This record gives sequence, structure tokens and C-alpha cells, in this order.
Amino acid sequence: MVGPVSIPGGGVLRELADRLPLIEVSSGLSERDATILWDLRMPRVVLGGLVGAMLALAGAAYQGVFRNPLADPYLLGVAAGAGLGATLVIAYLPNVSEWPVDPLPLAAFVGALVGVFATYTLGRAGERSRTASTLILAGVAMASFLTALQTYVQQRESDTLRQVFAWILGQLTTASWREVLLVLPYVVVSGATIILHRRLLDVMTVGDEEADALGVDTRRIRLLIVVAASLGTAAAVSVSGLIAFVGIIVPHTIRLLLGSSYRVVLPLSVLFGGTFLILADLAARTAIAPAEVPIGVITAFLGAPFFLFVLRRSRTIS
Amino acid sequence: MSRRLSLLLCALLFSACATPSEEPEAVPAQSDEFPVTIDTDLGSIEIQERPENIVSLSPTATEMLFAVGAGDQVVAVDDQSDFPPEAPTTDLSEFEPNVEAIASYDPDLVVTSGGTADLKRSLGKLDIPMLLQPAATTFEDTFDQLADLGTATGNVSEAADVVEEMRDRIDDIVGSIGDQAEGLTYYHELDDTYFTATSETFIGEVYSVFGLANIADEAKGAGTGYPQLSAEYIVEADPDLIFLADTKCCGQSAETVGARPGWGQIAAVQEDAVVPLDDSIASRWGPRIVDYLETVADAVTDLLAARS
Repeated sequence: MVGPVSIPGGGVLRELADRLPLIEVSSGLSERDATILWDLRMPRVVLGGLVGAMLALAGAAYQGVFRNPLADPYLLGVAAGAGLGATLVIAYLPNVSEWPVDPLPLAAFVGALVGVFATYTLGRAGERSRTASTLILAGVAMASFLTALQTYVQQRESDTLRQVFAWILGQLTTASWREVLLVLPYVVVSGATIILHRRLLDVMTVGDEEADALGVDTRRIRLLIVVAASLGTAAAVSVSGLIAFVGIIVPHTIRLLLGSSYRVVLPLSVLFGGTFLILADLAARTAIAPAEVPIGVITAFLGAPFFLFVLRRSRTIS
Repeated sequence: MSRRLSLLLCALLFSACATPSEEPEAVPAQSDEFPVTIDTDLGSIEIQERPENIVSLSPTATEMLFAVGAGDQVVAVDDQSDFPPEAPTTDLSEFEPNVEAIASYDPDLVVTSGGTADLKRSLGKLDIPMLLQPAATTFEDTFDQLADLGTATGNVSEAADVVEEMRDRIDDIVGSIGDQAEGLTYYHELDDTYFTATSETFIGEVYSVFGLANIADEAKGAGTGYPQLSAEYIVEADPDLIFLADTKCCGQSAETVGARPGWGQIAAVQEDAVVPLDDSIASRWGPRIVDYLETVADAVTDLLAARS
């Protein structure tokens, strides 16, 4: 509950309590401070928590279904697709205010889904022999292709560069309750779907053939998890831009500290991912206040050394 | 030889030459003759004859060239140049300059604001001089660049007239406000994610000449003239005036600003002092900064009138 504008802590707590049903407390905050707290700071914290939880959960799920520790939620073209969608809107639809809905998140969302869908369709080329790695390779190819298109558009419309980069670096600067309501349903549905499959993900760690032999339909589960994780990621990306690193670092930190069973990793990813991003955003808005640091810079700057530290410690323990 | 030397000296001691009051008529009298030498950040360039096929890769340079009367010497301007309307816009890109495409216009001078040493070298192989005029950081830079363009294109006295007229008009506009704007604060918005400009930038000078205080100066610690502000800080800072340089890029207006959560509390929104700007005028450092200053002065006058 800290930010560039200092608001007394007691007042913050009373104001928040006052918002709860059936409770009437006078917070003693000025109208302006109350507005700042409720309309600007709270939605930002909540959105950060949702986005962080979703990215960490999706990252953990991807790592599970692909049995690849480097998998992150952006693996299958989500990021590149969303980036292309956002760039197209920034470059060619400048007068967004005339639209009933803001086309930027919408285009990013659609772009992300198109990216994943294209990857999945392309990866189907070798239907019989398709394995997790075929999909990953298709994802890499698709991402390169979409990024090339995005870069082309961006170079053609060079006056939009700063906006595009600001979007790509990720931000929660303009978060409002509207964005929270926009992503909430996706995060809930896709989060629940992934967490309900936590035991099957544990089974799949033994390998496709073995899992199949145990009666698990690996292909169907993988499709389901990928769709759920991608949908959630696409929604998160559409409101926050491409916030790097959360999807990789959070699940691995949990694995290193608390074990690698998905029954542990998935629920804790929600918790840790949300917390991590809320703290990162806190740093983003206070480090050089009242100026902002792009949150993607913070997640990597704080996240990478922390992760290396955990990695070293767990090595010395085992 | 001595003329070249004097021009060189002139370029070195620019402020002295560009201030007509100190050395009246010193430059204009003599130098519509060629060759001329002009200093740039990438070393000095020599222009052998009066250029007749100028390519401008910078929207600001395009505006300046037409202002100093070199318009009919311009054969091609880049894709971002949209003023004046008669400028020969092409699909040349300053951002991704293609030397062959530039050369196809057979230029004898290329003017750019972001050209690199590489581009200069490539053009040099074709004996095409490249005049670099990077983004100005002060009004004086603008005047210097206009004078340079006058020298480079053989329109020295026209350029001096333009500069003098700009100085006069700026003095008038600033004088009309006097010290009335002291104590008023403003926020200049570059895009709808709250990127802004501090007083240390060219944009900042447009407001600081009136004595307006910039709420972004609190963010100087960001180490950039163009920081991104937190929404809550802007609401708390409660600026008296909001200037929108994102009306074209991002479709922002007084209505969209008023509709942002929490922004309804800001004085500028409540007092109807959210001023839309033309994105292009507010991002270029050419002759139209005078119009920009006028817009700012009008906004201050309107606000003060409404308050009294």
C-alpha cells in the first residue's frame, strides 16, 4: 500500500475496511487521497497480482506438459502474436477513443490466440510423430515469423516506436478496475482448469509413452492445458504487455525450495507469482518516483539475481 | 579563404552570429556565395554550389527549408514530413534510410535530424553532403539551425529574417503574459501511458519561458528528459493546466482525460484547462513553435480569465 504519493498507513487500512460491506469507518483521508488509493493504486495492485499469478501458473503448466524447464508462457507464440496485434493497433488505429472498447487489449488478445493456434496447426504437420518438441519448434518458428511482421510494421510506422516498446516492456501504469474485470474471468477459468489437472501433470513427468501406458491421454491433456494456459496468458498480456521472467523464475524457485510435485508447484505458483509481481510493481512505481520504471526491467533485474541465489543455495544443500 | 574562415568562426561562436542585436547584418550581407562550410556534430561539411536538389529526411528540416525560402530547391522529403502541404512527400524513411532510394533523387544536399555517421559515409561516396540537424534542446538551437539552412541553401538573409521575426513574435507572446503565469503548474502529456517531458527539454522551454512550473520536474531523478509518471502522482500534483500532445497518436482529448479514473479531481480537468495540441507541432522544433507558444499563452489567458 505504498506508492509515489504518501498516504498515512492507518488511513489506508480504515479506508479499505470502509469499502467492505457492512462496515462504516471514517478513514480521515482527503477525497483526493481516497481516490488515489481506490481508483489508481488498488486496481494496480490487484491487476499485478492477477497477472503475476496467471503468468507463473501458465509457466509452470507449460514446463509440465512440455517437460522442458525453459518453457515459459510465451513459448508458443503468445508473446509474438500479442505484440503484433498491439503494434498493428498502435500503428494503424490511432484514434482509439472513438471506439466503444479499447482495441489495444482486444488486438493483443486476438493476436496471442492466433499465434498459439497457428503454432498448434503448424505443429500438426507430422501428426503421427508429433511430440512435445515438435510443438516447441513450431512455436519458435511461429514466434520468429510474427516478430518479423511486427518489426516490419514498427519500422514502417517509426513514429509509433516508443509506444510499441513501452507496451512490449510491459506496464501496469494505466491499470484500472476495468482491466481487472477484463482478465479476472480468464484467470479464474484457466487457473482452475490447470490446477484441477495437477495430478495428471505429475504423471506426465515420466514421459508420453509411459504416461499413455498408465492410461493417461497425454495428447488430450496437453491440448487442454495448453489451451487453458494460453487463454489465461493472452488475457494477462492484453492488459499488461509482455512482462518477462515471471513465468520461468517463480515455478523454478518453488521447485528448488519446496519440491517439484505439481500438486505443490501449481497452487504455490499462483501465490508466489502474484506476490512477486505486486512487489516488482511496487519497485517499479517507487524506485525513481514519481517516474516509472518499466516493470519488465524490474522483474528481470530483481528476479535474475534472486533466482541465481536460490539456484546456488539449493546446489550446496544437495 | 577568409570567408570560409569567418563562416567557420561563425559556426563556432554561433550565438553571437545568430543574435542580430549584437552583430547586425554581419552574416546576411555577404554570404549567398559558394562554396560554404558548415559545422555539424559529425564534422564539417562543404557545399560546393547552391543546392537545387535537396532531400529532407526530417519533418522539422522540411518546415525550416520552406520557411527560409528554399522550398523550390527541395525535390523530396521523407514520409513523416507533412508540412507545409506543398512539400514533396515521398516514401523515403529517415528511420530506415535507404541510400539508393535517396540517391535516385540525385540530391546535392541531404538534410536529416537522425542521420548516422554510416549514412554520411555512404552518401559521401556519392559526393552528396549530409547536413545533420539533431533535435534542438533550446530555442537558440532552432535559430542556429535555421541560419545554417540559410547558409547551406543560399538563402542567408531570408533565414536571418525568419529568425528575427520568430524572436520578435516570441518576445511579444511572452511579454503579453508577463509574470501572470507564475505559480501555475502544468503537465505535458506525450502519450496515454503518461510519458512526459521535463523542463530540461525543448518542450519544457516552451512552458518555462512563461514561468509555468512543470510537475514532471519532480521526476528528474529518472535521468531522462522524458520520464513516465505514475498516474497517482499526476492526480496528487494537481496541475492547473494539462497539455495533450497525444491527440493524434492516441486519440486523447479533454473528454478522455476527464473520464480517466481519479483524474476528475485535477484542477485542470475541473476548470476546463485541458488543452489539445497538434502532436506534430508539439514534437518539432521548427518555425511553428511560435504557434505552439501562442496556444500555451492563450490557455494561460483563458484560465486566468475564468478564475478572475
